[in-house]
Amino acid sequence: MAYTERQNPAFYAVIALLVFMSVGPVILMFANSFKLDVDIISGTGGLLFLPTIQNYEKALCDVLWYEPNHVDFCSLKFGGAFINSLIIALISTVLTLVIGCMAAYALVRFRFMGRDTVSLSTLMVRMVPPAVLLVPVFGLWNNEFCLDRDGLIGGAIRDVFGGRGDVCLAGTHSGIILIYVAMNLPFVIWILQSFIVQVPRSLEEAARVDGAGPFQVFFKVVLPLIKPGLAAAAIFTFRIAWNEYLLASALSDRNTKTVPILIVNNMSEFNVEWGVIMATGMLLAIPPIIFTLLASRQIITGMTAGAVKG
Amino acid sequence: MRIAMANRMTPYMFMAPAAVIMAIALLYPLGYMVWGSFRDWNPSQSIGEAEFVGLKNYIFLWSDPNFHESLGVTLRFAFFVVSIEMVLGVGLALLLDRDIRGMSVLRTMFILPMMIAPVVVGLMWRYMYHPTIGTFNRFLESIGLPKVDWLGDYALTSIIIADIWQWTPFIFILSLAALQSLPRSALEAARIDGATPWQQIIHIKLPLMMPVLIVTGLLRLIDAFKVLEVILVMTNGGPGLSTEILALRISRTATEFRELGVAAAMSNYLLILLLLLTVAMFAFTRWQEARAAKLRMVVEDDD
Repeated sequence: MAYTERQNPAFYAVIALLVFMSVGPVILMFANSFKLDVDIISGTGGLLFLPTIQNYEKALCDVLWYEPNHVDFCSLKFGGAFINSLIIALISTVLTLVIGCMAAYALVRFRFMGRDTVSLSTLMVRMVPPAVLLVPVFGLWNNEFCLDRDGLIGGAIRDVFGGRGDVCLAGTHSGIILIYVAMNLPFVIWILQSFIVQVPRSLEEAARVDGAGPFQVFFKVVLPLIKPGLAAAAIFTFRIAWNEYLLASALSDRNTKTVPILIVNNMSEFNVEWGVIMATGMLLAIPPIIFTLLASRQIITGMTAGAVKG
Repeated sequence: MRIAMANRMTPYMFMAPAAVIMAIALLYPLGYMVWGSFRDWNPSQSIGEAEFVGLKNYIFLWSDPNFHESLGVTLRFAFFVVSIEMVLGVGLALLLDRDIRGMSVLRTMFILPMMIAPVVVGLMWRYMYHPTIGTFNRFLESIGLPKVDWLGDYALTSIIIADIWQWTPFIFILSLAALQSLPRSALEAARIDGATPWQQIIHIKLPLMMPVLIVTGLLRLIDAFKVLEVILVMTNGGPGLSTEILALRISRTATEFRELGVAAAMSNYLLILLLLLTVAMFAFTRWQEARAAKLRMVVEDDD
């Protein structure tokens, strides 16, 4: 209403420039991931080149059903890492949502704690850098949170899965999932709380009059109504779990490596294979890019709820 | 009777999983870290075997030039990143707060950098900064300018630029949301009174946006202290210690130098710093709300 007059073409130029600046590096990486290393280093062609999927074949060599003839030794176990990342990110997202949803519901409906307490603790957790958790989590997951291998449960696990030493959280998927769930819970509770507040109480009371128990009310009445909030929370949790490097690198072992760890390890080598590295980077970036394109509205909701609502 | 009991237990049952997980995986580790920071502790020991050394780790850090360097780098990084991003983000929001077709597409494109893994962001920028094959130096070469050693001589500037690329959109989107929720009546009145666009911005839009802007800035500041992966991939703290921010130094002290006690003490210093920031932010929002409530009361009394 305020500015319905035709816009100056200069604005469109500014916008085009901004879009170019924010998306340019991603497109550059995308283009380079289809180039051979020789082409990247010699810099021929720019955007005009013959695309090749060799980099992707090399990155995914451990899950391909055929053997590409240019790969003589499959050194990069990207496929396995990708599956680890997927398991960890998906399970931790689902757990965080379920647990966070229940807690948020209790906080709102049973007036359990003040809103202040929740926002304060959300902020407190947001302020803790993952690097700060590195030392204690490393120590705890390797020592304190272990089951003695001679003990009842620990012994049983050792008999089933084999291996030596005590049964520890470190090196397992569940160890990494546990810390991600804990890290993301406050934010999820906070976001969902602001959505649950908007669910009319009368709706729940009507369900209760019809004989629904508290759990039924929660799952059949409240959950369907806060879907947008759930989507926002899910994307944020998934993004953190999917992208996180530091804690995963401290807690994982050879078999539970996630994709970010793989990329960092390959970047620190003396001779960086740019093509392959960019292909792995692209594969890691694809899920967040898809989310962004599909659900940018929810993401923006989640982001603004974080600051504007205080 | 049993139903009443069950009803009374319901909130606890709903809360229990979240409370247990956060106690085990957040509160306990933080307490454990404080405890560990008083010990001479290396990764092969359990914390019970580590020798208790009192405040030695803290005093050591207090006079450790490397720690000072790292703290300085962190503060400089956070200061420049937040101030430049605030100016750019708010400026862009003011500029683009119009009915432009395709605004939602623009916003979607803008949040892309934030969603991509920091590791990948570091990877992209490390390539673009590469001394010989990187995009920037190729460009400089093609227009006949001398090459720049981005990640060498200008390492800190380069990582600041990368962070600005990634996070300016965050401030842009938040300030755009704030801008679009401003009361239309105030802007309308100003326009009728003949305020120029600049006057509208300085006297009406910015003051009204201020609460959101301050919260946004503080959130960004807190996050700026957490940046690690981008820098790890781009420079790994080098050359020398010129880009080794505290978070990176903590992780290196723990994993490379194997001094968990010192790393824990360093983590505590960082936490105290961030705690002060957070408390300031929380106090500010509460104060803001109280003031708004008081204003509303005054207005209602007048009616």
